Amino acid sequence: MSGAFHAQLSLYAAIATRSFRRYSTYTAATLAGIFTNSVFGIILSFAYLALWEQNPSAGGYGAEQAVTFVWIGQALLMTIALWSGGSTDDLAERIRTGDIAVDLYRPVSVLGWYLAADLGRGLYHFATRGVAPTIVGALLFGLVLPSPAGAAGFLVSVALAVVVSFAVRFLFAASAFWLLDATGPRVLLSVLATFFSGLTLPLNLFPDGLRQVALALPFASYVQTPADIWLGRHSGPDLLAAIGLQVAWAVLLLGACALVLRAATRKVVVQGG
Amino acid sequence: MSLIEVRDLSREFTIRKRVGVVRRTSVVKRAVHDLSFEIDAGEMVGYIGPNGAGKSTTIKMLTGILVPSGGSAIVAGLEPARQRRELARRIGVVFGQRTSLWWDLPLRDSFELLRRIYRIPDQTFQRNLDDHVALLDLGDLMDTPVRQLSLGQRMRGDIAAALLHDPEILYLDEPTIGLDVISKGRLREFLRALNHERGTTLMLTTHDLQDIEALCDRVIVIDHGTAVFDGPLSSLRLNGDASRTLVVDLVDEAPAISVEGAQVVKVEGPRQWLSFPAGASAAPLVAQVAAAYDVADLSIHEPAIEDVIRTLYGG
Repeated sequence: MSGAFHAQLSLYAAIATRSFRRYSTYTAATLAGIFTNSVFGIILSFAYLALWEQNPSAGGYGAEQAVTFVWIGQALLMTIALWSGGSTDDLAERIRTGDIAVDLYRPVSVLGWYLAADLGRGLYHFATRGVAPTIVGALLFGLVLPSPAGAAGFLVSVALAVVVSFAVRFLFAASAFWLLDATGPRVLLSVLATFFSGLTLPLNLFPDGLRQVALALPFASYVQTPADIWLGRHSGPDLLAAIGLQVAWAVLLLGACALVLRAATRKVVVQGG
Repeated sequence: MSLIEVRDLSREFTIRKRVGVVRRTSVVKRAVHDLSFEIDAGEMVGYIGPNGAGKSTTIKMLTGILVPSGGSAIVAGLEPARQRRELARRIGVVFGQRTSLWWDLPLRDSFELLRRIYRIPDQTFQRNLDDHVALLDLGDLMDTPVRQLSLGQRMRGDIAAALLHDPEILYLDEPTIGLDVISKGRLREFLRALNHERGTTLMLTTHDLQDIEALCDRVIVIDHGTAVFDGPLSSLRLNGDASRTLVVDLVDEAPAISVEGAQVVKVEGPRQWLSFPAGASAAPLVAQVAAAYDVADLSIHEPAIEDVIRTLYGG
């Protein structure tokens, strides 16, 4: 049993490694992406600074914290594949073309496969499009740095952010099994995720009511939770609670993915010969 | 017990159609209907039929990625839909139009991933890799990313990939589609050797009947979801309305030959074409013609397999 488990683990590690390597072959795209993230970071930082000049403690953040929030958002944008670019894009495409049949013929969990691939990709994007723009932000604006506990919590939280975002993207992509094309759901998802992740504006700035709802949604795990942990707004038991909520969403959503996948293979035609 | 046992297998699809603004009606389409056959270990079976006959649907049920709506299929003692992953270790699937390789990875890396996926013991892996790489002539391509391979090269890579884990059954879906004559020939030769030397059971769906003629001792013809023929290729020729042709070269031009049991279908100078039922013996016919006419030469043409099958599809 433990031998089998070990074999599984080494397979998923191999998948993640190859996924990492696959993205790392597109150096020009990575550099262009880092540039874009940095430019957006700069523009948003100035916008936030103007906003915080009017209201120096909006959402409970100081101006320096708010700017740090911006750069964390830019760093996580690609890491969690907020708009697109994750392994779930491949999934949607393979369902559309029917190539998913090839995946189903393998003695491996399809869900595990795509998750491992997405984690490998996420790690690459974190190391490049996460780290590089953050350095740019720190040099230009001087960012708030986390405590050691905050830094450790942040890394765990980012890993969970990738898993939660993956599971949500997986569910939307799997709609292609029924809709035959997942473009519509994907557009809807990017709008929801942009708004409710904290990328546009920290969720704490939302009006009462909407704020509580937004903080409870899985999208809060994307940017809001990791950023608040970095900024030290969650510490001690509060930190564990924040991470616990991410874990709960991850488990719940991955469970939903497994169920959807099962329903899909039972009921739905894999397209084409 | 046979390796593949299919009993009254059926699969229906419900197709919803919109009539009016909100009203919908659903039509049940029977893709496979009460299909039964058995395949023994070591057979090479051609599974043919026109587009939409239910070939792919059958293969999907045999491999477990589609659940039957009725009947049963047992493959290698397993129930495919319930035991899909267990079954996956014992079968190989090759699609002419899809690849199981990874586009951005060199062949070597794809094979390496498959080694882990199927948990292939090192010795088996190395042996299969050496064998197939040599036989399929992949040696120089191992470090080329799959996206840079030609169709024929990719196909060979796919076949090697499907065989790394020593599958007992290999399903091939249009394996020679788009390949040139030489590549087709090499591929067929490889598959024949695989069957002879390793006893791998092959089930082949194809539109290229030369694949069938070159490889399969047995043919199952499916149309409208049901098997309309199941037997050796030789008796397929005798089936249905197929006819053989006796070509007679007379010494001199003559009016149409009149003999019992055959009909002249064409006359061209001294040469005449006589059609007779594929099931009948040619001997008495030849004797009659030779007795009554001055014959310079004779030859018998078997019906083209395409024509035989076309008569089967008639219904």
